[in-house]
This record gives sequence, structure tokens and C-alpha cells, in this order.
Amino acid sequence: MNGPLVPNEILTPEIGLVFALVAGLLFGFFLERAGFGSARKLTAMFYFRDFALLRVMFTAVVVGAVGLLLLGAVGRIDLSMLAIPGTYLWPQALGGLLIGLGFVVGGYCPGTAAVGAASGKLDALVFMIGIILGILGFAEIYPVIYDFAWSGGMGHETLPGLFGLPSWVIAMLIAGMALGLFWLAAVAQKFATKGT
Amino acid sequence: MERDNPPAEKPAYWSAYVAGLAIGLTLILTYYVMGHGVGASGAYTQLAARMLETEAPEHAQTNIYLRRYLELGPLSQSWIVIEMLGVLLGGFLGALTARRFQFQIERGPKIGEVDRLLFALGGGISVGFGSRLAQGCTSGQALSGGAVLAVGSWLFTLAFFLGGYMFAWLVRREWQ
Repeated sequence: MNGPLVPNEILTPEIGLVFALVAGLLFGFFLERAGFGSARKLTAMFYFRDFALLRVMFTAVVVGAVGLLLLGAVGRIDLSMLAIPGTYLWPQALGGLLIGLGFVVGGYCPGTAAVGAASGKLDALVFMIGIILGILGFAEIYPVIYDFAWSGGMGHETLPGLFGLPSWVIAMLIAGMALGLFWLAAVAQKFATKGT
Repeated sequence: MERDNPPAEKPAYWSAYVAGLAIGLTLILTYYVMGHGVGASGAYTQLAARMLETEAPEHAQTNIYLRRYLELGPLSQSWIVIEMLGVLLGGFLGALTARRFQFQIERGPKIGEVDRLLFALGGGISVGFGSRLAQGCTSGQALSGGAVLAVGSWLFTLAFFLGGYMFAWLVRREWQ
């Protein structure tokens, strides 16, 4: 069976909805096992104490990127059919900053807040309410910030397209960068926890 | 909450690399079946749109941002909403089987419960607003968009870590 299965009409959208529950179950369970139902564990890397967030995130992205490229290379998945998020430079840069800010202040992101709340954390539940309020606030001022919200558009640009390099070269560069960051994180953690 | 004597039999977290591998494989499976990755903030947005529709139907219909989400159909037919129900369930099962489920307000030793909840609310507002500006969050952009090497997703990831380090010092008393 060649993927993606639902877009290729090998599976129906109804089965896709059932799969949504399975994908969410796996995602939520693994996030919990990573320790990401805990705000203190999640924010610890910003105080150089525990870099689990960096290690989990980059391992997952590298595994995902390399796995998809391999599946594409052996013809099991049509990579051209995968959804590539559109690039809008300025709102994505500012949005990333605001999520980074909200993450260290509140302790979670939208996915991990759900895991935290499901682990019994009242602070995670309050964070989720905050997310809804933030979205409603955005929707109210959307007409005013419309031009900014769609600025720096580059279509569905990818790193291989931008740099004119094959996808597997980019994936290997990212994997190398991840290994470098893991090493840096270990060094930073060693210095930060020295004497405590 | 710090405990003086943590129960010794509580299973530890997985190695970050094992957990990362498991999440990466989940991501591949999701792309293989659906042609898109996982997400989170989109489900909150649909919920926000429905809440506004319930409280102020006319206002919701004239809101050009949330109106698009109302046109997507009922929550029960939404892929990302069902996926987030799965995340809640998966997180709950994970916490339960690791004997980590506990009603609590997680905070550092130097901050009160009310203050911690106010910080959680404020942080949530910033994340909710930012997720709409960025058209995704750490799930949809950093993980899913990152795996398909989207330019904006990698810019987002960079900005996310930068934002975290820029403001961490200001709120250090909340956690340490």
C-alpha cells in the first residue's frame, strides 16, 4: 500500500478519523513518558538543568525527516503529496517568540498542556483556558493585524528548495546539528549543575 | 510539587532519545496514513470558534477569522479535534500506568499557588495568540513542519527557543 493512504483513497476519510484517535493516543502517551506532562521538566532546559525538551524534539524531527525520505526513496510514500506548512516569515518569527515566552511563563505548549491536564495538573488546565482566550483575542484584532499576519510569504518553501540542496543532504545536516546541540547541552548542563 | 520522600517504585521517565524515537515514528505513521502530521493548536481554535458561536452567535458569524473554522463542520468530524482527544486519553493512560496521576498545581518552591495559576493563564494567552500568528505550535510547526523541512517551521523552532531563553531569567523564581 502506497502512502499517503487517505489522500490516495486507499483508506476512507472516516477511517482517517478513527486513526486520529490512535495517532493522538500514541502522541499523548509518548509525550507523557518523555516527562512532558510536567511544566518543570519542560522548562528545565531554559535554566540549563535538563535538556529533555531539546533531545526529544530534535530526535523526533530527525527520525521523522529521515524516515519519510527513506519511505519516499523506496516508493512507499509519495512525498509530493505531503502537506508542507506555508511559510510567512514575520508572523512565524513573532509567533515563535510569543510561544517561547508563553512556554517559560506558563510551563507548557498546546499539546503538552493537554498531557499535563490529563496527568492531574490544575496549572495545565488553566494554561489551556489561557490558550482559548489568546485565540479569541487574536480573532478580535485579526482585521487590524491582517497585513502583518500574512507578511513575508514564501509559499510552501522547503529548506532543500531554499538552499538548492538535495533533501537527504539537508536531513543529514540537521541530524549533525542535532548531535552538536546534544553535545553542547551536555556541556552546559554539566557547568550549570556544578556545585549544586 | 516537591515531595520529601518520592515513592521509590514510581517508574522513571523514558530516555529522551527513546521518547523522541517513539514520537518520530508516530509522526511518520501519521504522514503515511493522512499525508499531514500531528497538531494541537488547531483543535483549540475550533473549540474557541464553537464557544464564541454558543455565547455570541452573531458575533461569531461576523468574525472573519473564526468564521472559517465554523465552516469546517462539527467538532466530532474534525481530524485534529479527535486527535487531541486521543492526546488527552493517551496522556491520562500514560500518567495512570506510570502511577504519576496526581491532582496538583505544579510549581517551584518559591511561588504561591495563586501566582502560579496566574502565570499559567498569562503564558497560555501568549501561546494561544502566538499559535494563530505562527499558524501552528510546537506540534504542527516544530515537529510536523520540521520533519518535512518547511522553511517557516524551522524559523518558528528557532524563534521558539530564542523566546524561551530571552524571557526565562525573568520568571526563574517560578520554577527554581
